Formats: sequence, C-alpha cells, structure tokens
Amino acid sequence: MLRAELLHLFRRRRIHALLGVLAALPVVIVFVLKFAGGPGNGEGPTFLNQVTNNGVFAALAALTITLPVFLPLAVSIVAGDAIAGEATQGTLRYLLARPTGRTRLLVAKAVAVVVFCFVATLAVAVAGLVVGSILFPVGRVVTLSGDTLSLWSGILRIVGAAGVVSLSLLGLAAIGLFASTLTDVAIGAMAGTLGVLILSGVLDAIPQLSAIHPWMFTHGWLSFGDLLRTHVTWTAIGKNLALQAGYVLVFATAAWARFTTKDVLA
Amino acid sequence: MTDLALRPAPASAPPTSAFAIRTNALTKRFGDVAVVDQLDLEVPTGSVFGFLGPNGSGKTTTIRMLLGLIAPSAGTVELLGRPIPQAAREVLPAVGALVEGPACYPWLTGRQNLERMDAVGPERDRSTRHARVDEALERVGLSAAASKKYRAYSLGMRQRLGLAVALLRPRRLLILDEPTNGMDPQGTREIRHLIRELAADGTTVFLSSHLLAEIEQVCTHVAVMNLGRLLTQGSLAAMQQNSTPRLRIDTPDLRLAADTLATIGLEPITGPSTVSADVMRAEPHELCRMLVDAGVRVNGFAVERPSLEDMFVALTGEGFDVAR
Ligand SMILES: Nc1ncnc2c1ncn2[C@@H]1O[C@H](COP(=O)(O)OP(=O)(O)OP(=O)(O)O)[C@@H](O)[C@H]1O
Ligand SMILES: [Mg+2]
Repeated sequence: MLRAELLHLFRRRRIHALLGVLAALPVVIVFVLKFAGGPGNGEGPTFLNQVTNNGVFAALAALTITLPVFLPLAVSIVAGDAIAGEATQGTLRYLLARPTGRTRLLVAKAVAVVVFCFVATLAVAVAGLVVGSILFPVGRVVTLSGDTLSLWSGILRIVGAAGVVSLSLLGLAAIGLFASTLTDVAIGAMAGTLGVLILSGVLDAIPQLSAIHPWMFTHGWLSFGDLLRTHVTWTAIGKNLALQAGYVLVFATAAWARFTTKDVLA
Repeated sequence: MTDLALRPAPASAPPTSAFAIRTNALTKRFGDVAVVDQLDLEVPTGSVFGFLGPNGSGKTTTIRMLLGLIAPSAGTVELLGRPIPQAAREVLPAVGALVEGPACYPWLTGRQNLERMDAVGPERDRSTRHARVDEALERVGLSAAASKKYRAYSLGMRQRLGLAVALLRPRRLLILDEPTNGMDPQGTREIRHLIRELAADGTTVFLSSHLLAEIEQVCTHVAVMNLGRLLTQGSLAAMQQNSTPRLRIDTPDLRLAADTLATIGLEPITGPSTVSADVMRAEPHELCRMLVDAGVRVNGFAVERPSLEDMFVALTGEGFDVAR
C-alpha cells in the first residue's frame, strides 16, 4: 500500500513538473550571481554573499529563497490534493470499496506527503550544490561565526539544514492534509492551505501581535541557519521543530477524525 | 479429526447466508429529506437482482450505504451475512462494485489504472497481478485499448474499465449501478452475457438500471423504489404471475365488442381500433368464441402479461418530471 502510494505519487507528471521548477530555481539564482555580478556586501539574504567565494553556499541560498514561497506552495499543492484529489476524480469511492481502510489510506497519503517534503527540499539543495560547485570555486566552508570548517563537514551541515527545512514544512503539510479531508474539491483544499500559510506569515509580521508570533508555524522557518554557526545553537531549531510536531499532532488527528467519519459522496 | 472440525472457517470464505444483501429499516436523511426511507431490502444469494426506480429515487444513495461509503441515519445493512460497516474489511474483498459511473485516473492507461486498484486492495500478491489485470481487461473486451490513457477513453470504454475494476478478483457479490450506461448495443449484449455467466458461477448480481427491457432479460428478482421508499420486491416470475393479464382485440365493431365484454363483468376500454380489458379468470379461447358468436369481426386477438415497463409505470406513475 505504502509502496503503491509512493509510486503513484511520484509517477505523476505534475510532481515531476513541481520538482523540476524547484530544482530550476537555484540554477537561475546561481547563473544570475555568476553573470550579473553578486550582490554588494551587506545586501540580500545572508547566504547569497558567500556563494561567489564558495559554490556550496548556493545550496543554502537556494533553501533561503525557496522556503518562504516556493517550497510551501509545492507542499500545499501535494498535501491539499492528497484526499480531495481522489474525491474530485471519484476514485476515492473505489479505493474505499476495494476495501482500503480509511485510516490505512490516510496514513499512506500522509507518508507520501512527508516523503514529498523531503524530496522537494532535497531537489532544491542538491540543485544548488551542484550548479554552485560547477560555476564557483569550492573550498573550505566559512561559518557564520567566522571560523572555517572542512569542505565535507560543511556539506554535512548543509545536508542537516535541508533536513531541518524538510521537517519545518511538516506543520503546513498536516494542515494541507486536514484541508484535503474537508472538501471534495482539490483546488479548494490547496487554496485553503495556501491561505493559512499567508495568514501565518502576515500575523507573524504584525509587531502588535508579537505575543502570538512564537505560535505561528512559519515563525521559526529560517532557524536552520543556526546550523552554520561554528558551535551549533539548537534553541531556535528545537523550538521550531517542537512547534511543527504540535501542529502535526493537532491537524493529523483532526484529519483522521474527519476522514474516518465522513460521508463519501463524491 | 475433531481438530479439523473445530477449526474456524478461513476468513476468505465466511458462511453463506440466505441473503447476499439485507437491509433493515435503512434510512438516509440529507437535512430533513429522507432520501432513503425505511428500506427493507432482501436480495437472495445467487439471484440477479434488478434495482429499479425513477431518477432521484435513492438507488445510488442505497448502494453507497451498502458499501459503507456513507453512514445510514438509521437502520442496518448486512452484506453476505455480516454487518456493514463493522465487517467491511472482511466482506468487501468478496464484493465488486460500480457506483455512479466509473472513475479512474485520467493520466494513467487502462492497464495502469487496474494495477493501481489491485495494488491498494487487501490482496496484494504482486506476482499474479499481471495475470489478474489481463483477465479483467479480457473479460470486458478492453485488451486492445489497455495501453491507451484513460483520458482518451470513450464513455463506453470508461464504463468497461469500471467494470474491469469490479471484476479484478473472483467475487461473491457484484453491486453494479447502471452498468450499461453509455455502452453500444454490442457492449450491452456482452454485459448481459457476462452477468449471466457470473450468475451461473454462483455470483449474486445486484444491478440498478433504467433499461427495463435489459432487466427483464437478465434478472430473476426485482425491487422498485420511488421517493426513497420500496414499492415492491420479489421474484420477477411471481410478480408477473400476480399481475393481471390484459385482453386486446383488434376489431371494426368497437361498440359491440365492448358491450359483449361488459356482459360478463369485464371493464372494457375502447381505443381507436381496439378494445382492451383486464381479464382475471376467463379462458382466452372462450372469450374469443363468445365475441365471434355475438357477431364481432375479430381482426386480432391477444392476451398479454404486462411488461416490466408497464408494471414500473403503474407503480411509479406516468409523470416525467423528477419528483424532487
Ligand atoms: N449530498 C446530497 N445532499 C443532498 N441531497 C442529496 C445528496 N445526494 C443525493 N441527494 C438527493 O437524494 C436523492 C436520491 O439520489 P440518488 O443519487 O440516490 O438517486 P438515484 O436513484 O441513484 O437516481 P438516478 O436514477 O438518477 O441515478 C435525490 O433527490 C438527490 O437530490
Ligand atoms: Mg444513481
């Protein structure tokens, strides 16, 4: 069932297109840096400045740039489609009549979405790493704290960063899965998930609401940068991951409660 | 030996019950409207059961409840002797279904669609999947179009693929919601043939349809729904036995014929060139002689059992408009 679900998801042309676009973004960024000149010192996102000195930083720059919009967009599409997509096509009733237990189907869908989060993040990081290393010199990695690490431990940190980014997306993925059980219209579930994402970002940006900022699931998304300090500080990362776990728990339970009791009329 | 006798029956073969489907006061309300109202359906094991009713009478809603897709507002469902939805996991593997038209993934080919459906089922023997899929395709006559995308299928081809999904495994019960919708005459005939073949193998077939002539040809039993209520159910033969035969005479002497029939207590209805009357007991040959003796010129003489269509219209009314 799990195997079948993963095969089913990653065989879709839509998924190939999403991953293709995600992988293309770092390539564009790196080319712009190479041929249009790098940003002046002090401008632009943190990791962009380092790319021209060391190509491996392209992976981090790519993660930083795709995290606010492109990655969550892709996750919203895939998570929102999970159940609602089957309902829209009408295949949901046939899956359930096979029979496929509702819990079993939901778990399989959830696992597929989680795998997609990791694959999508990896696509961005790997594309950045590869193109960055081809177009720019590669060498020892200078941390945010100013020390240097060997190239390999630098890359290890980058892989870790990609992992944290993937985990950061899981809260949103759970919201998307829940939205997907609420409606039979896949586009609605995707749009709803994106709406929640934007709302979280907006609330997080209003200073008067600083009391609720730590509870917004987008709040700690950029904490993965802490992995690039010489001595990694785990506080922000830990907080972020705990918050994601909370969101996953709440929304996955809600999705389960909804899906196992809902009338399948599509 | 006692050991063997005490061993529980394997899960794949639960004990056969007299009824493949049985519902008890099954009710489904959407808002205030009881779309299915106090339905007591009894589908004998081994029957080919026609489930009839005008548009919107609640057939599809009933079928969804049978499969555990929607929860009844009240009442119970038993499939193959086991309660639904509680025993869905044990029972549904032996049940093939087509509900409100086929639905498949447009971006997959016919074969890939069947492979996907086979893969998510509870019986996942991968080594025999190919053979199962081939056989299902063969049975519905889709082998030649197996590698076409579902998106490119015609309505009838889609219907066939939906049936192939229902036939992926040997089933004890098939629940088919309008299985010949959109099919060409050959396809319809094939399906009729297929249903007879399955029934001969002991599969119970429960099918809803609007094609009454079709139903009349394949079904052993029928039930008629209207406005969510069951109007009648039973074996087709018994139903036709119980219905009143109708005499129809083709004659130029309309008045004389009508008067003659009235003398023996019949209630004749005069048409433009025919006189007809319900005949309960009278022997046709005696009626014929009586008319001729009275001087009626008889051009045509027939005693007919009403067709299923006549019975259906008599039960559900003539109105063409959807009732609600
Ligand atoms: N989700 C729903 N919400 C409200 N009413 C519904 C819903 N689904 C069906 N109905 C109503 O239930 C009634 C029965 O619908 P159903 O689909 O069971 O009819 P049917 O007998 O299958 O008709 P047809 O012959 O046209 O297929 C209809 O009046 C329909 O409007
Ligand atoms: Mg219907």
